[in-house]
Amino acid sequence: MPLLRVSALHKYYGDNHVLKGVDLSIEEGEVVAIIGRSGSGKSTFLRTLNGLESISDGVIEVDGEYLDAARADLRSLRQKVGMVFQQFNLFPHLTVGENVMLAPQVVKKTSKAEARQLARQMLERVGLGEKFDAYPDRLSGGQQQRVAIARALAMSPKVLLCDEITSALDPELVNEVLGVVRQLAKEGMTLIMVTHEMRFAREVGDKLVFMHQGKVHEMGNPREVFAAPQTPELANFIGAVAEAG
Amino acid sequence: MDFTLWDIVRNLLIGLQWTVLLSLVAFVCGGIAGLLLLVARISDNGFLRGLARGYIELFQGTPLLMQLFMVFFGIALFGIDVSAWMAAAIALTLFTSAFLAEIWRGCVESIPRGQWEASGSLALNRLEQLRHVILPQALRIAIAPTVGFSVQVVKGTAVTSIIGFTELTKTGGMLANATFEPFLTYGLVALGYFILCYPLSLSARYLERRLHAPA
Amino acid sequence: MAYQFDFAPVLAQADLLLKGALFTLQLTVVGTVLGLAIGVLGAVVRAWRLRPFDALFGVYVELIRNTPFIVQLFFIFFGLPALGVRLTEWQAAVLAMVINLGAYSTEIIRAGIVAIPKGQLEAAAALAMSRFEAFRHVVLQPALAKVWPALSSQIVIVMLGSAVCSQIATEELSFAANFIQSRNFRAFETYLLTTLLYLVMAIVVRQLLAWLGQRLLMGRR
Repeated sequence: MPLLRVSALHKYYGDNHVLKGVDLSIEEGEVVAIIGRSGSGKSTFLRTLNGLESISDGVIEVDGEYLDAARADLRSLRQKVGMVFQQFNLFPHLTVGENVMLAPQVVKKTSKAEARQLARQMLERVGLGEKFDAYPDRLSGGQQQRVAIARALAMSPKVLLCDEITSALDPELVNEVLGVVRQLAKEGMTLIMVTHEMRFAREVGDKLVFMHQGKVHEMGNPREVFAAPQTPELANFIGAVAEAG
Repeated sequence: MDFTLWDIVRNLLIGLQWTVLLSLVAFVCGGIAGLLLLVARISDNGFLRGLARGYIELFQGTPLLMQLFMVFFGIALFGIDVSAWMAAAIALTLFTSAFLAEIWRGCVESIPRGQWEASGSLALNRLEQLRHVILPQALRIAIAPTVGFSVQVVKGTAVTSIIGFTELTKTGGMLANATFEPFLTYGLVALGYFILCYPLSLSARYLERRLHAPA
Repeated sequence: MAYQFDFAPVLAQADLLLKGALFTLQLTVVGTVLGLAIGVLGAVVRAWRLRPFDALFGVYVELIRNTPFIVQLFFIFFGLPALGVRLTEWQAAVLAMVINLGAYSTEIIRAGIVAIPKGQLEAAAALAMSRFEAFRHVVLQPALAKVWPALSSQIVIVMLGSAVCSQIATEELSFAANFIQSRNFRAFETYLLTTLLYLVMAIVVRQLLAWLGQRLLMGRR
């Protein structure tokens, strides 16, 4: 029984048909890397999975909960599906610890003491335990992104969506974030990542999804797909990315 | 005696004229004084700067009503017979000069330092720098907030009714007493100010969008 | 004949002036608390475009910002009785100040809310927070902190503007000054001291508001 299943997903922005029927099935513990050109719809698709983008047609099923164009209990969904953003989006007026504590307290009504303990654990998990009382603006980009991951993890999601989480980082800071993600994968977290990090996708991913013009164009095991792309579009894409280095 | 709506409006229009006249005088004279004040405020001379700063803080930190009374009773001390019009015009001019100077100072300070350095390196003295390089650039940025402040000037004229100047508010008050129609009369007075101020407010917002220097 | 300044008669009545100043401060505090409450409400309504209230607040804001405070005051005190609403000098003054500050703070706070980056709201939404929870924890405090200088300025402006309430016999500072000078005929000296008193109040209130803003809105920075 897949943890997440998407059937015939369509999305329109006005007249623009952005997602033209996406079908996807993801098992628990899978690490899925979504790649594609800008405009292929990959980020939009990711954002439909936690309701940040609405869907025009089709069904999304997450851990037994249905999301369709008409009906969506977003509050419940978002407790199961967490997200980490390209721009981190940490709350600047709260300390690192308070950033992680906020949602458990507000949404799950966790007590302050429990939330604090949970936050400490999550921050330790991403290697930032000692930064509990610091404000976000004092941290490097890599550190801020790790806090963002801790913040999402504090809600105990079943699936973690990662929207190009290393794209805004200086190159030398990318690895500290990918290290955390690698660890999460090892611990069995279900991950769906829109990414440009091809090497990471190949090493850690269980499934590679190549999106092209609003649909899943090719899909498969990353190592196989990179070695032998079945479609010319994917071959071009891999070639172009390799050239860009 | 029975008053028609037109009777009220007709008289209010006379008051409105005086409001417009006072606003214009205060704005123009205040603008000129404000410019001088601006030069003092950003001058190299510490004493001049302090003086200008004190003046501005005085007028921004006290009620317009008090400023008006000070002018009205202050001039009378010299034995000069001061009319309500005279006191109103002077007080409002001083008030306007302080606020405009401060608004314009903000605009000048937003001009990048490099402009000062470049023009200084070309051996221009301070006044020349201001005249040929800084103020022309600051002018563009200053238009929107200056138009915005004109609304405050028009609204400020209403306070002069208290010393008896027969502008719109005073006229309205007299009419309200004569006609026993305060609701209607003050409603029309408010409408009069609105008709003057709203276009100015809209213009200021429009200019802000058009001429706002990109960050 | 040279004018002889004589501040003694004014200083003899200093207690009246201080009492008036106290009244002005009381007026200001009440007006500010209620006015800011309206401001937050109006700002949310306008920022979230809650129809039809956002249009109503829009009209309210434009009306107040484009008419003089003294006219608003006179309308409330002299005009409303025609509708059967008769207010005391105090009530009319407070109401006028609340309505006035409410309009200005609606716009000021709205600008603060709108300036919060979209990413903040998305992050809060991704953490399963409702719109109201997100507003309360992620939007309101930073927005107020950002616009606090502008709000403080406006509060001081409203305090200074309260001087015209003396015209409807509200017994604040200007009223006290009027009373004193009508007895001792030292108009200039009286108003000079009153003006300086206002200046001191403005400086003190500005400092107080800055400190308050630091304590309440900036957190433990």
